[in-house]
Amino acid sequence: MSKPLVATTSLAGCFGCHMSLLDIDDRILELIDLVDFSKSPVNDIKEFTQMCDIGIIEGGCCNSENVHVLKDFRKNCKILVSLGECAIMGGLPALRNNIPIKECLEEAYLKGPSTRNANPEGILPNDEELPIILDKVYPCHEIVKIDYYLPGCPPRADLIWNALVALVTGDEMKLPYEVVKFD
Amino acid sequence: MNSQVKSIMEKYGNDPTRLMDILRDITSELGYVSQKESASVAEQLKMSTVDVEQTLSFYHFFSEKPKGKFNIYLNDSLVANMMGRAEVAEAFEKATGSKFGGVSPDGLFGLFNTSCIGMNDQEPAAIINGVIFPKITTYRVRELIKSFRNGKTPNDMINSYGGGQNQSELIKSMVTNNLNRRGPVIFGDYEKGSVLQKIAKMQPKEIIDEVKNSNLRGRGGAGFPTGLKWEFCTKSLEKTKYLICNADEGEPGTFKDRVILTEIPHLLFEGMILAGYAIGAKEGILYLRLEYEYLQNHLENVLNRFRENGWLGQNASGIKGFNYDIRIQFGAGAYVCGEESALIESCEGKRGEPRNRPPFPVQVGYLNKPTVVNNVETLCSTVKIIMNGAEWYKTMGTKETSGTKLLSISGDVKYPGVFEIEWGMSVREMLEMSGAIDPIAVQVGGPSGRLIGENEFDRTICYEDLPTGGAMIVIGEERNILQVVKNFTEFFIEESCGSCAPCRYLTVILRNKLQKIIDGKGIAQDINDLISWGTQMKKANRCGLGQTAANPILTSIENFRSEYEAKIEKGKDFYSRFDMDAAIQESCRAVGRFPHA
Repeated sequence: MSKPLVATTSLAGCFGCHMSLLDIDDRILELIDLVDFSKSPVNDIKEFTQMCDIGIIEGGCCNSENVHVLKDFRKNCKILVSLGECAIMGGLPALRNNIPIKECLEEAYLKGPSTRNANPEGILPNDEELPIILDKVYPCHEIVKIDYYLPGCPPRADLIWNALVALVTGDEMKLPYEVVKFD
Repeated sequence: MNSQVKSIMEKYGNDPTRLMDILRDITSELGYVSQKESASVAEQLKMSTVDVEQTLSFYHFFSEKPKGKFNIYLNDSLVANMMGRAEVAEAFEKATGSKFGGVSPDGLFGLFNTSCIGMNDQEPAAIINGVIFPKITTYRVRELIKSFRNGKTPNDMINSYGGGQNQSELIKSMVTNNLNRRGPVIFGDYEKGSVLQKIAKMQPKEIIDEVKNSNLRGRGGAGFPTGLKWEFCTKSLEKTKYLICNADEGEPGTFKDRVILTEIPHLLFEGMILAGYAIGAKEGILYLRLEYEYLQNHLENVLNRFRENGWLGQNASGIKGFNYDIRIQFGAGAYVCGEESALIESCEGKRGEPRNRPPFPVQVGYLNKPTVVNNVETLCSTVKIIMNGAEWYKTMGTKETSGTKLLSISGDVKYPGVFEIEWGMSVREMLEMSGAIDPIAVQVGGPSGRLIGENEFDRTICYEDLPTGGAMIVIGEERNILQVVKNFTEFFIEESCGSCAPCRYLTVILRNKLQKIIDGKGIAQDINDLISWGTQMKKANRCGLGQTAANPILTSIENFRSEYEAKIEKGKDFYSRFDMDAAIQESCRAVGRFPHA
C-alpha cells in the first residue's frame, strides 16, 4: 500500500508553524517512513499532481492568492488541517482588520521609517501580477471547510507529530497537557 | 449642586443602597441623569462616580443622555410581534420622524424597544411616560402623536378604563385584567385581615410547619419548597432578617402578578406580613418592576390603610414585639433582576448581577442579612394555607404538586388572560380552556422554559411532569417556529447582564447561526453546533438566565427538528459567506487598480 500523501502551505503566516513541524527533530526520519510529501515548501513542489490525503495550512488569508491556494488545497486534499493561530483565527496579521487598507498601505509604503524617503513618487504597489490585498485577514474556515484545528503559536512539534500520527494510523490522538498548554 | 437632586438624596437619607430610588426620582424630575448629576450623587453619597454610573447604565429605563419629552417604550416580545407590532412600530417611526433607539430631531419623541412589559394579553402595548397603552393600532398611533404635538399629555389620552380596580381613582388605567378563571386559592373568597388575626395567636414555628406540610413550592418557576426556605432562614443566628417579595415578573408571557397587584394587593401584603412574622423579619420589601409603576398609588394606599389598621408598624397586627413594615422598591427595567440574588443586588442600589452561590440569600442576602425572596403568588398562597390548613391545600393539585397555579395564557388564543387552575391540567385541556386557535406549539414557562409540540400536549402541568412559572404562549400554525426561537434568543441577548462570558457571547453566536439557517444558508453541522454549544450554556453560566438562554433553541430542535432541516441545503457540508469581489474592492480603490477575476 502506498503511503499517505501530505501537502503543506504557508499562507498569511510567518513559517513558524513549518519550523515547528521541523522541530520534530529525528522523528522526521520516521515521518518519511510514514508519509510522502506532495506540494509543500519542505520539498519545493509547486503544483498538485494527484489527490492528497492530508493538507496542512499555516496562516490565514490576507490576499487573493491565499484564497486561490486555499481553495486549491481543499480541492486536492481529503482532509484539511488549520495549523496554528493565524490559520485558525487570523493571528497577528488580523491586527490590521480594524484599520482601513489605505492607511495600512500608506504606513507600509509611504510613511514607515524604512520607506519614508525611499518612495518619493509615493507609489502604492499596483502591478497586475501582484495578489490583491483583501479587506481583512480571514481565518481559513471562513473560506473553505476545515476538518481539524491544531492550536498554538506555533503549535508544539509534539502536537503536530501526535496529530499526524493519529490521522495516518487512525489511532486516538494523544493530547497530554504539555502539548496543549500555551503559557 | 442642583437643589432638586440634593433634596432627593436627602429624602433617602443619603443612603447609597437607595441609589435605585434616587436615580428614578432624578429621572422623573430631570428626564435623565447627566454626567454632572452622577458626579454630584457620587460625591453626596460618598461613592465613586463609576459606581453610580454602572447602576445608571445597567437599567434600560435610566438614561445618561437626554431623552424625548414623550418616551415611547414599545414592547418587542414575541406575542407583541404576533399581534402586529411591526405595523405599529412603523407607524410610530413615520409619525414621529424618529427611528427606534433614538429621539426625534425636535426632541419631542423618544422611541425605544423594550422587553415584555407584562401585557401579553393585550398586545401590542407600549409605555409612554409611565402610562400603559394596550392594544395599540396604527390609527391610535397617529392619534396619539398628533395629540402630543398639540400639547396633550399621555394621561389625557386615556380613553377607557380596564375592568375591576383598573378604573379606581388611584389607578385609572386602560389595562384590562382578563381574569378569565378564578380558582379557590388565590382568587377564592377571603375576608381582608382575617389571616392576621389568626397568626397573632400562632407561633412562627407553627406557621412554618403548616406551610411545609402544605408542600407549597415557589411559584416563580424554580419550585423550591417555600416552608423549607423559611426554615433555613430562621436557622441563621443573625437577628436582622428581611423578606422580599419578587414582583419583577419579567419572564415574557407572564402577567399574573399584575392582576394580583391590581385586584387583591391586600392578600399579597397579608402574605408578606405572615411570612415576615414566620421568619422574624425586620422589614418587607416589594420589589416591583418599573413597568408596573402605574399601580404605585394604589399599592401605597393599601399599605397606608394597613398602617392605619395597625397591621403594619410597631407591634404589627397586634403581635407584641413584631415591628414590621413594608416598602416598595422599584426596579428600572432588567429581566435578570427576577433572579433572586440579582434582585437583592438591585435592592441595594447596584447593577442587577447575580451573586455566586453559596452563600444563599437565606444565609447572606439583602444588606448581607438572611433574606427570603418569594414570588407574589407564593406569598398569596401561604395566606390561604394558614387560613384553611395544609390538608385543605393538599386536596388540590397532584400528588407531588399541591394547590393551584395561575397561568398567564397568551398568543394564538381566543381568551388570553389569567386562569387559576389546579395543578394537573393537561396542556390539551389548557388549550381548550383558552380557546387556542390551531396550536402547533406552546412555549411553557416563557423563553427560559420549553417549546413543546403536539406530541407533548398530553403532558400534565405539575412539577413531576411539566413544571412552569405560569407563562403559556400558544403558537398557531401560521407562525414560523424559527422566528419564534429567534425572538426568544434575542431577548436573552438583550437581557444578559454580561457577567458570564458564555451568556454574553454565545447567545449572539447562537442567534447568528440561527439566522444563517433562517436565511437558507445553513448546513447540517449548524444544527449539531447549536445543540452541542447550546448544551454548554447550562454548565457555564452562573444564573438561571444564562443557563436557560439556549432553551428555546434546544427544545425547538428537539420538537421541531424538521423545521430546521427544511431550511438546510441537503448534501452541502460547508457554506462560506466569503465574497471575493467584495473583499478586494477596498484595496483596488486604494491603489487605483481594476480587479480581474
